[in-house]
Amino acid sequence: MDMTVSFAGLTLDNPIMTASGTFGYGVEYMRFGDLERLGALVVKGLSLAPRRGNPMPRIAETPAGMLNAIGLQNIGAREFVEKRLPSLPWSRTPVIANLYACAAEEFGDLAAYLAEQPGVAALEVNISCPNVSEGGILFGQDPRLAARVTEAVKRRAGAKPVMVKLTPNVTDIADMARAVQDAGADALSLINTLSGMAVDARTRRPRLANVIGGLSGPAIKPVALRCVWQVCRAVSIPVIGIGGIASAEDVLEFILVGATAVQVGTANFIRPDLAFRLVDELPALCAALGVDSWDTYRGSLKA
Amino acid sequence: MFANACQDVTVRRLTRLGAGGAQGDFFELALDFPGAGDTAWARWRPGQFVMIRPESFGLDPLMGRPFSIARADEEHGVCVCFQVVGRGTAKLAALEPGDRVAMWGPLGNAFAARPGAPTLLLAGGIGIAPFLEYVKRHSSAADLRLVFGHRPPLDCYPFAEMAALAACEAHRETCPEDLHAFIALLGEVIPQYCPDGLILACGPLPFLRTVGRLAGEAGGRAQLSLENRMACGIGACLGCVTEHKEHGPLSVCARGPVFWSDEITL
Ligand SMILES: Cc1cc2nc3c(=O)[nH]c(=O)nc-3n(C[C@H](O)[C@H](O)[C@H](O)COP(=O)(O)OP(=O)(O)OC[C@H]3O[C@@H](n4cnc5c(N)ncnc54)[C@H](O)[C@@H]3O)c2cc1C
Ligand SMILES: Cc1cc2nc3c(=O)[nH]c(=O)nc-3n(C[C@H](O)[C@H](O)[C@H](O)COP(=O)(O)O)c2cc1C
Ligand code: FES
Repeated sequence: MDMTVSFAGLTLDNPIMTASGTFGYGVEYMRFGDLERLGALVVKGLSLAPRRGNPMPRIAETPAGMLNAIGLQNIGAREFVEKRLPSLPWSRTPVIANLYACAAEEFGDLAAYLAEQPGVAALEVNISCPNVSEGGILFGQDPRLAARVTEAVKRRAGAKPVMVKLTPNVTDIADMARAVQDAGADALSLINTLSGMAVDARTRRPRLANVIGGLSGPAIKPVALRCVWQVCRAVSIPVIGIGGIASAEDVLEFILVGATAVQVGTANFIRPDLAFRLVDELPALCAALGVDSWDTYRGSLKA
Repeated sequence: MFANACQDVTVRRLTRLGAGGAQGDFFELALDFPGAGDTAWARWRPGQFVMIRPESFGLDPLMGRPFSIARADEEHGVCVCFQVVGRGTAKLAALEPGDRVAMWGPLGNAFAARPGAPTLLLAGGIGIAPFLEYVKRHSSAADLRLVFGHRPPLDCYPFAEMAALAACEAHRETCPEDLHAFIALLGEVIPQYCPDGLILACGPLPFLRTVGRLAGEAGGRAQLSLENRMACGIGACLGCVTEHKEHGPLSVCARGPVFWSDEITL
């Protein structure tokens, strides 16, 4: 079957992308597969200025998952554009920049800079970050703030598609999705990590220096499926499913509940060639399950 | 042709080192050598490591585990020496010949080698693993000395093989006084290699801190191999960073695991 998917003006050879923060700047994975075989590549969250990130320890393994509090360590948008992007096969595989900022105007400036780079196909806005000017509440936890960031980015992004990445740490994710859609987002991606923590009963210490971190990996897949299902029923823009995807069957599950494409995150740490393997395995699984077109399979859950 | 640096290999052999039981469980694991024609494996150097993830992990534990490459060639396969300390290593200890394991590597930088320079190898516990091949490769060209501190019996480690090739001495710690004596010994030996010799160390963090401090006090520096917890092993997740004085947080897996003691803050 034809594996191609199109959304928000992008055309992907297949629905498998990599999730921000789990695929470095792409170049780290060149030893493990041909990046051109991926549907698209989402790179590590970028901020205007480089960020040092959080103190160590920053990761803790949990049952079928992990907690991370990396703290958005990154080399900054300019360094990425000048030193990493030229090595990526951006003319053949869409490279999507993931944006991180602490204020709406800063998001706008970052969007303007990244959107004007020919090698950047689209923007993904990480709104799971504290809004410094409003007491640190997450942009992604307040529909009004989320809409404001979406507008700020859209206004400066020119013709580049804007995807907003939702956090599951809210009471009603469909509400957030509608607010962001109404503010002009071209697509949504979800979910970001679930807020969580791990402690050591013996040493009485938290396992992360930051105490609280984000849970990801196969353990969160049921939550992610539920969120994608709810959001797909609430909005009309395309939805990208993320959360615990580690097999070709997981990919189909997300498309079944309505996702147009997916992102593979923590599973890239299970083995670094995993995303490439899913690209290889997906056609055979589709054939085996009688899936013959994305348009008929997408959202066809018999619920 | 494109060579994927992550391969499914099979277990050739798992050999217990030492008697096990209360002394701790130590093993040498030999995996198929994916090297034939693969230049990365033909060029590996001591100090580099591999990520290992047996199929038997399932989804839990989720991540692979990093181990120093103890040796790697057609004859022996890729060998790592490990100590059982938790869930992942317990599952490694249950492997049988023929079992499938995902392995990616060789990863990271390596220890420096300076033919002709007096070279001091300092190993703590299972941190001796990367020095097995180092001694093999460099004992003829360099004036090598290995000082090894350990708690479980000596036969838990691949020590005898090394002692046949270079000046190797082992110091067992059975009580706190032994530890003080060992640190005192380091305090005597390290300055002899400062500033002109080469000092390489691998072992637990407190041991590495001591080595770095003693080398610094003697006007020298040492190369330290760090064992930060890892997820990806390839510089993608930024979960394993150490603080570099000039460059800020650097991933240990990709920019290390070997760092000069005067360039990082431990
Ligand atoms: C580059 C590198 C090379 C290594 N080489 C070797 C080697 O040659 N032989 C060997 O036996 N081990 C080596 N290690 C350590 C080895 O990776 C860990 O012992 C292993 O990952 C533990 O897995 P586990 O699932 O058994 O332990 P877990 O169940 O994950 O943890 C068990 C306990 O060990 C502690 N622990 C586990 N890993 C570490 C760590 N990296 N640093 C500090 N504490 C830790 C945990 O906090 C916990 O208390 C190396 C590590 C690195 C980073
Ligand atoms: C180590 C790590 C770093 C991450 N960094 C980012 C980031 O910079 N920006 C972002 O939007 N999401 C980031 N995420 C979230 C992932 O992109 C993804 O949304 C989440 O992990 C859930 O998917 P998964 O279960 O497949 O990993 C990160 C996740 C992990 C595990
Ligand atoms: S383990 Fe992922 S960056 Fe080092």
